[in-house]
Amino acid sequence: MTRVAKILAVAAAALFGAVSAGAQTIQLNGAGSTFGTPIYTKWFSEYNKIHPNVQINYQSIGSGGGIQQVTAHTVDFGASDGPMTPEQMAKAPGIMHFPTVLGGVVPMYNIPGVKVDLRFTGPVLANIYLGRITKWNDPAIAKLNPGVKFPALPIAVVHRADGSGTTYIWADYLSRVSPEWKTKVGVSTSLKWPVGVGGKGSEGVSGQVRQQPGAIGYVELIYALQNHIAYGFVQNADGKFLKATLGGVTAAAAAAARKMPADFRVSIVNAPGPDAYPIASFTWLLVYRHPSDAVRGKIMKDFLHWMLGDGQKYCADLGYAPLPREVIRMEEAAVDKLQQ
Amino acid sequence: MARTRRRIPWSDAGFRAATGLAAFLVVGIAVVIGLELFRNSRVPIHEFGWKFWTNKDWDPVNGEFGAYTFIWGTLYSSLIALLLGAPVALGIAIFIVEVGPLRLRRGLGFLTDLLAAVPSIVYGLWGIFVLVPLVRKVETAIAGSRLSNLPIFSGPPYGIGMLAAGIILAIMIVPYISSVAREVLRAVPQSQREAAYALGATKWETIRIVVRYGRSGILGAVFLGLGRALGETMAVTMVIGNSPQISASLFAPQYTMAAVIANEFTEATGDLYLQSLIEIGLVLFAITLAINVLSRFLIWSVSRERRPRPRATPARLPEPA
Amino acid sequence: MSTLCAAAVVLALLPLGFILFYIVSRGISALNPAFFTKLPKPSGETGGGMANAIVGTLKLIGLASAASVPAGIGAGIYISEFPGSRTSTLVRFCADVLNGVPSIVVGIVAYGLVVLPMKRFSAIAGAVALAIMMVPIITRSTEELLRLVPVSLREGALALGASRARAVWSVVLPSALPGIITGVLIAVARIAGETAPLLFTSFNNQFWAPGLDQPTASLTVQIYNYAISPYDDWHRQAWAGALVLVAIVLAFSMLARVATRRLERMNVG
Repeated sequence: MTRVAKILAVAAAALFGAVSAGAQTIQLNGAGSTFGTPIYTKWFSEYNKIHPNVQINYQSIGSGGGIQQVTAHTVDFGASDGPMTPEQMAKAPGIMHFPTVLGGVVPMYNIPGVKVDLRFTGPVLANIYLGRITKWNDPAIAKLNPGVKFPALPIAVVHRADGSGTTYIWADYLSRVSPEWKTKVGVSTSLKWPVGVGGKGSEGVSGQVRQQPGAIGYVELIYALQNHIAYGFVQNADGKFLKATLGGVTAAAAAAARKMPADFRVSIVNAPGPDAYPIASFTWLLVYRHPSDAVRGKIMKDFLHWMLGDGQKYCADLGYAPLPREVIRMEEAAVDKLQQ
Repeated sequence: MARTRRRIPWSDAGFRAATGLAAFLVVGIAVVIGLELFRNSRVPIHEFGWKFWTNKDWDPVNGEFGAYTFIWGTLYSSLIALLLGAPVALGIAIFIVEVGPLRLRRGLGFLTDLLAAVPSIVYGLWGIFVLVPLVRKVETAIAGSRLSNLPIFSGPPYGIGMLAAGIILAIMIVPYISSVAREVLRAVPQSQREAAYALGATKWETIRIVVRYGRSGILGAVFLGLGRALGETMAVTMVIGNSPQISASLFAPQYTMAAVIANEFTEATGDLYLQSLIEIGLVLFAITLAINVLSRFLIWSVSRERRPRPRATPARLPEPA
Repeated sequence: MSTLCAAAVVLALLPLGFILFYIVSRGISALNPAFFTKLPKPSGETGGGMANAIVGTLKLIGLASAASVPAGIGAGIYISEFPGSRTSTLVRFCADVLNGVPSIVVGIVAYGLVVLPMKRFSAIAGAVALAIMMVPIITRSTEELLRLVPVSLREGALALGASRARAVWSVVLPSALPGIITGVLIAVARIAGETAPLLFTSFNNQFWAPGLDQPTASLTVQIYNYAISPYDDWHRQAWAGALVLVAIVLAFSMLARVATRRLERMNVG
């Protein structure tokens, strides 16, 4: 028995004991948006290669979670797909928003016999999700897609069950193109959906759409690209039908850059411009202007500068749209204001 | 090999104190959870009062919150899970302990315990990619037949919905119920079986006697499974459709309390929204309490009606109801 | 009747077979030595692993068990030894209610109790959340099995002059031990596969987390992150992680059964 006890003690010491990780490693913790996790993971890993004693640890617990944690000061920074509301900012005075990358949301569908990429307008999408358009062979859809033979199949609407920034962007867009949506449903990360079933995560939504004949759903652009999912065209504010691309998303941000507020809290949905994809959005890092720990604050500042420079190079491979030059310039100036 | 041991003085009082402390800890944890849930639900309690329980609306944008649809979904899915899972689990336990060939017993027990080792998110992913298409096929078949006139089978065959959720929950609770039931049956003294055989009972009559002897333990096992079903989040939310509606139909997508908390908590912002989700946790806590009280009462009243029978063992400590 | 029981077994083993096949077929391709020794890497880079998550999960299970096993068994002993008292009914009741609390609610409560005062995420907070989930399972199964020990055994020990504590410790407990260990294993299996309570307590960590007061990686959270991502290589790693997780729980299970058999043999002799 004592021998077993000895082995257990050694094992316990090995597990719980301090693992020396080099001289004065400093670890920062961040939490928030799930959307940004892959690129943030890449950035922090690359940054760690340049600065081996800096470990930035990030965990996706949702944008709301990120806002909650950064307000409670349990993490060094947060990340959110939607800008903080004035009430949230009142609880977390001194928070600054820094856009990091861009994302887009695309409509995906499954109609037996229809292999082409369909065209949608904002009002049509809103009416589908409001339950006003219930069948695929509705004249409103047929008018946009001449030459496509639609079956008389009921539309099975799929939305996200879990609160997400993707839902926020989708709802934001529908609110701007459909007054009925704006008053009846509104904009938030979780909604009271008039119709449809909720899939959990992009995996749940795309899984359900792919298996259910007549289904329609929305997913992030990256998700569609990485998983080779067919998605449709959406009409932008200028009237052009665009299929979401990284370039189109960046163009939307460039158009919005002209009217960008100083705190970067802006929606770029339905942005003007011929190349702007209408369902696009920034995602932000939430950083305190005067953090309590000056050393960590300096690391954050240095990281943000790196992110705006070399960091943007890693976006395309992972399917993210990089920030447009105009926004980067504005942000560099804002980062300099940190800790001042 | 005789070993002399220094006699450690045990005192009954110390024993009672030590185990009492542990028991107190269990009660303490339950009380703390209840209090924490209550403390963090003050805003919606103040805003909605008891209407929270009966409100069918769940509207985060307009600040309307109510637990009614989720209560329905939780109770319905757990009921299906128990109806499907408990008999299967009991059958497995009986098979392994009483009926099955000796060589298979250890292996089978091991295999059913494996079901408990699968993480719930894996159940969820398997559910959505394997179970749901199967369920959709079954639902489509039923929808095409005369059975579709029954309210329990009405509605379009989505695949995801109450039936898929009930099935996956049943699968998940089987190992909990069967492991404990197995141990309970195994712990029934051999003398019981021998006495039954001596009186001329057949194999199955003996098994009935054994099950009856261990019925309190088996019931405890079923409660373990019920608890699991009531609180399961990940797997359910991936296959239930997450649609807050009340429907008697197995085909309809619905929503459970645990699922809505898991889905919306990380993204919820604003005190009313966040605390409404926590209040749902409180409601679930209260309902679990109520179910336990009700069933204990039922069991107690049933056991009171029993005629006193000659016991096979000498006077034992009084059976708690 | 036997066919019905046999059918029940088949009915339970079928989904098990499906699920295991599913996990293995998707996970085996990502299982390599690097998986067990390297830290996670961003998507697109090869050679990443879940070494810190594996260690983290073992750490969390170990801590949670160290806290919950004595408490659970102690409470179970109390209820079975003093069955009539109102305290016992209360304890049993509380254990049943606790069993029904969703894991995410436990996580939220542990967040409020441990993370907020500490102002940081930590392995301790994660272990507290997991221990809260384990205690009621262990309590109930211990209690039920101790009650099935024939009274004659207990009375025999008492008649020989043993104190109550001694009777329980030396006679009753050992005879119920296999069942109690099963209860502990069920509890371990339960928490080993949980994600929700860890999201707000132990958080996660891409790096090593020495000590107990830092965010700690765990297999379930890492699997969750990878599974909901859009990337194929991360999906495969998620399945590999699930495979490792099942293997860990299996290993615990087998270890415990071996230990039980040795203990039984020691007692009989």
